[in-house]
Amino acid sequence: MSVPISYYLVLSGILFGLGVVAFVFKRNVITVFMSIELMLNAVNLAFVAFARAHQQLDGLVFVFFVIVVAAAEAAVGLAIVMMMAQNGQSLNVERAHSLGEGGPTYLPGGSAAESREALKS
Amino acid sequence: MFMLNYMWIILALPILGAAVNGLFGKRLPKAAVNSVAIGSVALTFAAVCELVREFWYLPASQIPWVKSYYTWMVAGDYTAQAFHINFALQVDQLTVIMLLTVSFVGLLIHIYSIGYMEHEGGYYRYFSYLNLFMFFMLTLVMGANLAVMFVGWEGVGLCSYLLIGFWFHKKSATDAGKKAFITTRIGDLAFMVGILLAFWTFGSLTYSAMFQQAAKMTPDTMAHAGTLTAIAVLLFVGAIGKSAQLPLYVWLPDAMEGPTPVSALIHAATMVTAGVYMVARMNPVYSRAPIAMMLVAVVGGITAFYAATIALVQTDIKKVLAYSTISQLGYMFLGCGVGAYAAGIFHLMTHAFFKGLLFLTAGSVIHAMGGEQDMTKMGGLRKKIPITYWTMLIATLAIAGIPGFAGFFSKDEILEAAKSGPHASQWLWALGVAAAGLTSFYMFRLIFLTFFGKPRFDEHKVHVHESPWKMTIPLMILAFLSTFGGWVAAPRLAGGIDYFSRFLDPVFSSYAPSPVVSEAAATPGLSPVAQVLLALVGIPVILAVIGLLVAWWFYIKNPNAPKQLAQKLHGLYILLLNKYYVDELYLGAIVRPLLWLSTKVLWQFVDATVIDGAVNGTATVARETGGEVRELQSGNTRSYASWVAIGAVGFTMLLLAFIGWAVR
Repeated sequence: MSVPISYYLVLSGILFGLGVVAFVFKRNVITVFMSIELMLNAVNLAFVAFARAHQQLDGLVFVFFVIVVAAAEAAVGLAIVMMMAQNGQSLNVERAHSLGEGGPTYLPGGSAAESREALKS
Repeated sequence: MFMLNYMWIILALPILGAAVNGLFGKRLPKAAVNSVAIGSVALTFAAVCELVREFWYLPASQIPWVKSYYTWMVAGDYTAQAFHINFALQVDQLTVIMLLTVSFVGLLIHIYSIGYMEHEGGYYRYFSYLNLFMFFMLTLVMGANLAVMFVGWEGVGLCSYLLIGFWFHKKSATDAGKKAFITTRIGDLAFMVGILLAFWTFGSLTYSAMFQQAAKMTPDTMAHAGTLTAIAVLLFVGAIGKSAQLPLYVWLPDAMEGPTPVSALIHAATMVTAGVYMVARMNPVYSRAPIAMMLVAVVGGITAFYAATIALVQTDIKKVLAYSTISQLGYMFLGCGVGAYAAGIFHLMTHAFFKGLLFLTAGSVIHAMGGEQDMTKMGGLRKKIPITYWTMLIATLAIAGIPGFAGFFSKDEILEAAKSGPHASQWLWALGVAAAGLTSFYMFRLIFLTFFGKPRFDEHKVHVHESPWKMTIPLMILAFLSTFGGWVAAPRLAGGIDYFSRFLDPVFSSYAPSPVVSEAAATPGLSPVAQVLLALVGIPVILAVIGLLVAWWFYIKNPNAPKQLAQKLHGLYILLLNKYYVDELYLGAIVRPLLWLSTKVLWQFVDATVIDGAVNGTATVARETGGEVRELQSGNTRSYASWVAIGAVGFTMLLLAFIGWAVR
């Protein structure tokens, strides 16, 4: 006998939900990064489960794509994390909102205008 | 055959002159501007003469001579009913008369203008407009269909506007220009509807095709008015505006704000007669619409009398002439309206001579007086400006209808037709005769006030001088024409042939509904000498002489009499002096309500509240919404993620709900 597909899907859903919650609530950028990996792998699990249930290879092919994309994303993402650490001396995502209303303010302390001045010098 | 094939040259010459002067005139010396302006019109006149010479030898079967130069407008399917208009020009007897009158009087007035406008700014501009006017006027009379005529019709209106407002730094002049343009536009709207209705009815706008169609239709009667009457009336409303008839005449007196040669050319000799020309040209339609004919005659007759009464009390020399022009135009319409088209056109021609002359001499008087236009401040000028005096006297004799002068023959013919013509009416005749007496009175009043009596101005301040030869020579030529221009019709009085009517006969009888008897003026059974004598002592002539004598009695014999009479008939005098308060009536009944509607309703409510409100409201909604929504873009990745998550959950739930609903 085999494990019913619903078990896999529920597990996948739980993992994905955990990933979302972690992404939204964690502040450390590396943790956030890990939660993205968690969501991707939750989806991978669902793909594999469906591929097995339907006895088709399509889902497995998708999983390979997702793994490739996740690897590329990890490379780019970690580079961004490095740069954040170098320029802002902080890995707190709350500080990194320079694309929002008010411009770059992720330098520790100070207003937006001060941060801009600091960036220029 | 050269000119007949290349008729467009007649149009090309003046517009070329207008273009050269308009584009380069500012940099050219005055002599060059003169030679371009006069040269182009002189060449036009030469070309017209050559055209007339060639026309003379044309066999009757080829008249009207139509030449189509290019396809101007095509619309609709390519069947017989398609809208297809060529730029085509036409020559027939009526065109010949108009061409000669317009180009010759135009040439004289161009020459006169050199002297009159010598010290004015915008010299080149003036001549450019004047040449442009010649172009449009010639287009109007030469067009072979209503569309080409309409181009000329609107073009002369434009030039009229430009030239009335020539001294554009004077507010009264620009106002007068606008008034002229807008008032004639009111008529032009009806004119345009008339053209469209004519196309709808006849399937063409070309004269010959239209008239053939009209000839096939059953003529309207007094009891039954149909499409023909509608077309005729609508076109006539256009003529009312253009030719300053009741009730759209108000612009012409104000148009005297323009330079005097302009008043002579546009507002006396040519443009204002366009309406008469149009009625005469469309005679096959009018002859089949008796109600429209009656309207033309009644409007003409009443205007002739009405304008003459206003002219009685005016003191501005040009205003008197302006009302006189309205009155004389009324005569022309009266002639056309009673079926005597040839008489109407005859009066148009003689009027171009003597009224053009009157305006030019008035200009000469104003020139001599250093700009003074008020007759009560003139007097005793007879000896000082003799050429002006004698030529003006001739013109006055002509307009008053004194036997022997041009106006006598044409006016007599119109009144004769009003009395015994095909659409005669005793009332119309009485109006015309009464107007003739009034005309004689106010014209001699003008002469006596201006040239006789003691000077009523400071002779030390005003240096009265005769005008230069450039101005007096056109006066003398026009005086010659005012005297002898009517003699072609003279044999009619003795029961003979009226050569003018005979010449125009093909135009008016080709499509006439019933045979026209135009040469039945003479009373049968009398010897020619007796007939001539009878015509010479006819009622119009007697009234003209009485008018002369009354004017003499009032302004020479008893200079105080006018004032006493004005006091006795105070109400009437004030009514006439204020021109029956028609301007005030229009101001109160039309202009003010329109202004109120525009200001209070259209501007302050519709525009400022509704339209601006809608536009600004849209912008406000967008701005407010944007202001709220932009808070979402905090730059905080986690809040973006929350929104994505909420959105995904919401969308999934929606999808599930939809599936649940679909499979139910």
